[in-house]
Amino acid sequence: MAKRSKRQQLVETAVLAPLDWIDERTAAVKGTKWFLFRNVPRDVSWMQTLGSAALTAFIVQALTGGILAMYYEPSASINPVTGKPVAYSSIQAITSDLTLGWLVRGMHRWGASVFIILLFLHMGRVFLFGAYKYPRELTWITGVLILATGMLMGFTGYLLPWDQTAYWASAVGINLNGTAPFLGPWLAQFLAGGPEIGPETLPKFYAMHMLLIPGLLIPLIGIHIYLVTRLGVTSPPWSSEAAGRERPPVEPTGARAGLVRGSGGD
Amino acid sequence: MSDSGHNSQHTNGPSLWPIGFAIGVACLLLGLVISWIVAAIGVVLAVAFGLLWARDVTRDVREEVPAIEPETRAVADAPSTTFVAAAAEEPLPAYTRSRFLEATTLGLGAAIGAVVTLPVLGFTVLPSFTNVDEHDADLGPIDNFPEGEYVIASYLSNPKAGEVSRRTAFVRNNGLTDGGEPSFTILYSRCVHLGCPVQPNGPIDEQARKEVDGVELRPVLAQSFGCPCHGGLYDSEGNRRAGPPVRSLDRYTYSIKNGRLVLNELYAVGNVSGTGASAQISRYPWSTPGTHVDGIEAWLYPIVPSQVTG
Repeated sequence: MAKRSKRQQLVETAVLAPLDWIDERTAAVKGTKWFLFRNVPRDVSWMQTLGSAALTAFIVQALTGGILAMYYEPSASINPVTGKPVAYSSIQAITSDLTLGWLVRGMHRWGASVFIILLFLHMGRVFLFGAYKYPRELTWITGVLILATGMLMGFTGYLLPWDQTAYWASAVGINLNGTAPFLGPWLAQFLAGGPEIGPETLPKFYAMHMLLIPGLLIPLIGIHIYLVTRLGVTSPPWSSEAAGRERPPVEPTGARAGLVRGSGGD
Repeated sequence: MSDSGHNSQHTNGPSLWPIGFAIGVACLLLGLVISWIVAAIGVVLAVAFGLLWARDVTRDVREEVPAIEPETRAVADAPSTTFVAAAAEEPLPAYTRSRFLEATTLGLGAAIGAVVTLPVLGFTVLPSFTNVDEHDADLGPIDNFPEGEYVIASYLSNPKAGEVSRRTAFVRNNGLTDGGEPSFTILYSRCVHLGCPVQPNGPIDEQARKEVDGVELRPVLAQSFGCPCHGGLYDSEGNRRAGPPVRSLDRYTYSIKNGRLVLNELYAVGNVSGTGASAQISRYPWSTPGTHVDGIEAWLYPIVPSQVTG
């Protein structure tokens, strides 16, 4: 570039120079390119977007949940003004008194179902497309852990409105855990914070729902997305285009030799 | 950390004993502040590890190093002869300073981690299992319980905790036993399937409703109890008649103090034969609804929390 226009110069100093400065120190631009500008098979379809949709649903849950936590109070004691439990009263206030509270709570409440449904659809897609096969086995395993953790979120979140449905559904859920052999009764007593649901149960479930389980879920999602980025998107089973990489030929050794077809073992 | 490095520890490299010695000294110093017992443990550790260290360090001086026959070592250390051949050729790596520092850092990190983690884990788990005794509940004068009729008693099991501790019991005055003692059948309302609230199947006499010292009493004409959640059905003694429950309804032990009925603790019931004052109750320690207390399935729950926490 022998002669640059003023405009080009301006762009360079205003945008590219700061980006260069950051990239030189953090490799952020390189990393972003690695993350976003990936090659994908030509014949991907909407089916491959279910994972991103689940991620979006999770982000909605995280944001709305964080905002709801500003107004929700996880206490089983009685609010002297309303004569009802504090937690239930605060949910009522969010739903009917606070501006747009009904919307944010509704997003969180229905978004929870959307998240779980999307997880299952995504899982079904991965299963039917055979996308869990080599080299993506670990992506599948982390995905299963995300599903289990997501359902734990559902279980702990269900108690928080502290109404009759929440109370008895959680009692049943806790006792269901209690029927597991050997350690079941101990697990149930741990979850309820005593032999039965008591004043400690609600804040305990709230802490698990707000802090502990997200602390598990978010790193799992991070690992899952890292693996997806690293290994690439699979093409559908009917595709003529190969995606990812081929499994390297197995080199039969010792006892395994006879088990591998065409390995020359006799 | 290769295997060869590990295997070389019994040759004359620097030894790991100083770490134990240092821990002993630290323990001793800590003990001077905390208690004599800790200090004594520190002395023992320091002396023991110090001796071991001294023995290690002076091995060369004390005795001649025996020439090591590769064959002998093969028997002692490694079953594979190829390994011994390789090990014999390689120069034995010394236990270097950097390895020592690495081990010390990791060990110290693990110790700090344990010191932080263990109390936190304990605080996570133990409060659910300690100080969980049920409080006695005073249901008021026994005159409020007509003979042969169930009364629904709603009370706070732990007044300090408030409404969340509200429990419901079905109380029936059985009159006197053959021995002339007063007898009550007191069933707990929680379904032993999964803990839903069991309801008496019969009309409640709301006219005769009473409130005695914060306890709500409502007589009911019921010969069976049903659970709204999954259809469990119990007879008037609490025995399962239909549905998914795995044992009979839980019962309370009770006492009568100054003519007042006092509920003591819950227990699980395997089966009840007979009725009223002459009923034979197979009693077990209280356990989570849904857990078997008798039969072969009870083997799945060998120890339940109430057996440990009392």
